[in-house]
Amino acid sequence: MAIEINMPALSPTMETGTLAKWMVKVGDTVESGDVIAEIETDKATMEVEVVDEGTITQILVAEGTEDVPVGQVIAILVEEDEDLSAMPVPTAVTASAPASAPAAAPAPAPNVPAPVAATSVAVSDPAIPSGTEMVSITVREALRDAMAEEMRRDPDVFIMGEEVGEYQGAYKVTQGLLDEFGPDRVIDTPITEHGFAGLGAGAAFAGLKPVIEFMTFNFAMQAIDHIINSAAKTHYMSGGLVKCPIVFRGPNGAASRVGAQHSQNYAAWYASVPGLKVIAPYDAADCKGLLKAAILDPNPVVFLENELMYGESFDIPDLPDLVLPIGKARIFREGSDVTIVSYSITVGQALKAADMLAEQGISAEVIDLRTIRPLDIETVIESVKKTNRCVIAEEGWPQCSVASDISAQLMEKAFDWLDAPVTRVNSVDVPLPYADNLEKAAVVTAEKIVQAAKAVCYSD
Amino acid sequence: MPSKKPAAKPAASPRRRSVKTAHFKPSNDDLVDFYQQMLLIRRFEEKAGQMYGMGLIGGFCHLYIGQEAVVTGVQTALKDGDSVITGYREHGHMLALGCDPKSIMAELTGRSGGCSGGKGGSMHMFDPDKGFYGGHGIVGAQASLGTGLGFAAKYRKTDNVSVAYFGDGASNQGQVYESFNMARIWNLPVIYIIENNQYAMGTSVKRASSEVELCRRGESFRIPGEQVDGMDVLAVRGAMDKAVKYCREGNGPYILEMKTYRYRGHSMSDPAKYRSKDEVKKMRAERDCIDQIKEKILDLGITDEAGLKAWDKDIKSRVADAASFAQESPEPAAEELYTNVYIEG
Repeated sequence: MAIEINMPALSPTMETGTLAKWMVKVGDTVESGDVIAEIETDKATMEVEVVDEGTITQILVAEGTEDVPVGQVIAILVEEDEDLSAMPVPTAVTASAPASAPAAAPAPAPNVPAPVAATSVAVSDPAIPSGTEMVSITVREALRDAMAEEMRRDPDVFIMGEEVGEYQGAYKVTQGLLDEFGPDRVIDTPITEHGFAGLGAGAAFAGLKPVIEFMTFNFAMQAIDHIINSAAKTHYMSGGLVKCPIVFRGPNGAASRVGAQHSQNYAAWYASVPGLKVIAPYDAADCKGLLKAAILDPNPVVFLENELMYGESFDIPDLPDLVLPIGKARIFREGSDVTIVSYSITVGQALKAADMLAEQGISAEVIDLRTIRPLDIETVIESVKKTNRCVIAEEGWPQCSVASDISAQLMEKAFDWLDAPVTRVNSVDVPLPYADNLEKAAVVTAEKIVQAAKAVCYSD
Repeated sequence: MPSKKPAAKPAASPRRRSVKTAHFKPSNDDLVDFYQQMLLIRRFEEKAGQMYGMGLIGGFCHLYIGQEAVVTGVQTALKDGDSVITGYREHGHMLALGCDPKSIMAELTGRSGGCSGGKGGSMHMFDPDKGFYGGHGIVGAQASLGTGLGFAAKYRKTDNVSVAYFGDGASNQGQVYESFNMARIWNLPVIYIIENNQYAMGTSVKRASSEVELCRRGESFRIPGEQVDGMDVLAVRGAMDKAVKYCREGNGPYILEMKTYRYRGHSMSDPAKYRSKDEVKKMRAERDCIDQIKEKILDLGITDEAGLKAWDKDIKSRVADAASFAQESPEPAAEELYTNVYIEG
């Protein structure tokens, strides 16, 4: 019987990969566990092992083919004692064209819908000099470049965390930093979140500028005492004598089908703490400009990234010193009928929702908060004065959320401007489930935002 | 049965330090200095206890009475650029670094003249200019923070050391071991001082620790540890000199377990029913750190009883001045509520 060998998914978020190298050729016999190919993703190069025994009869995707979708048939293996000549011949894919139309069932798309690349220019951003060249980089590269630039500028800046050095980052955000800056400044820690968060805070008391990477903020719950009690409060408790210039960064929130313990959004937790600044950027330019601002800031900063955004590309201005202001929201898209407030990955859903609403004749203004603390509520209020309606979209639980807080502040500060109740669109109030259909039902989607926006416009 | 040759006795583990380091050999001036420092801490803490009773000090207040030899022996071994961090029982650590008793007492009363401007209180005092980084109320946190101070000393390629004090209670916190591990793999210049006063609040070491010799807690991290008579300032200083030299030479962290005793309860609100009055009385009568040095001073004829009385009077008057200052200093201005949350720029 012929067995189809499919392009494997090597991480929860992988959708395509490059078939870098075949380790076998047609006619080779293989046994379970043999390495037959090497696959490259944006994070790593992995070996593909064969599970069954038999003879490779066809190789359907040529070496060097990029963007091979997960699930596509890449080779055919025939078990012993079968008539090789009787097998059907699927069409082969050459390296010259990206693979498409997978023969096998395609891999499920991530449930947190794919980020939407947007080209809107922020209305409230610092002016970009005319003639500035735009370059396309991924969020991952933007974050790395921000750290590298600040490490070049200031020898007191160092990066510490699990797998940041020799492994080049669990999500490859620190790729290349060890080579450039060496092991004294790119420090691999043991799996010791509580300990290295405290160590970092102590080093910051002494005047160093640590960037502490958590592999995910889900693991930072082990370290939250130092983030809050040591980093956030010491300046106040010491009457201003002790400073703690530190950045805690890493991916936050749900990825794709990684279960409840790896899928929490901590923005509201940290944003409730005076003494901390909390940043949750969406696109590459904000990731770079705001991470540089975070490292330059003399206060402790919690910098919340999103794993699903790491591989997304955006055009960013090619400026030597792209530093964006902390605490300034941006109007990502102007509109007049309803304000949609969001941050981090959900901005992509908000923009998609705005497109869908436009088709139905509703003009939505999309605000990306970018910083959660200090919260730029003024920009939200100004928008609501124009639209008189507000929907807040946020991946994460509804109770005591960022959305709840904005909702409360709008009631206090913009009550007379509102023509409809402020509406929150949050993840469902349950631990995030693993099952594909349940996870899809739990997270924020553009459709849910559209539904809420139409409701506040009384047009549903 | 064939006769068995007795197995060779295994060599003592190089990590186990049962040896007692030689006591510090003090000059007459050293003895006077140690005596006066310890006496200042005791008189200060007695006054703080009295003021607490009068309602002038609020919240929690943990007194250091009985343990004075530890900070005195440890901190006289340090030099400029070294750093010190501890938990919430830190009035003595501030005094031993030469911080002004007035600003410490005014912090206890929550006044603007306090070292933290009245915003920290008894548990949160700092003096980074003197290398003192607090003053931390979460038991065990200072072990990780102090490891970070040691990391900074090494990162900057200095020969400075970090001293991280914690108690027998904190020695059961997980982050202490996370810190030991990192300090050892990176050879950080951190001296962990375990102030074993034998009771974590009301729980004796015997009830809380599977290994009661806390100096051995670093063994599985290959950190040398030593148990020291924490009631004898000369033993403390002798062990500390050795530990400091070890750290300054780049050998990595060191653990000193100071066997000490607090005469008062855990905090002002603790009547200390978990131990007998006799136990405390015996300790005070036989092991008191100040009496031990007093005897030496008299034996050596450095001064006589009248001289000691004059010193005591001088120290009492400094403490009285601090107490007056702490009551006269105004409360923080109302706008101070909102300052020091963030650093501008």
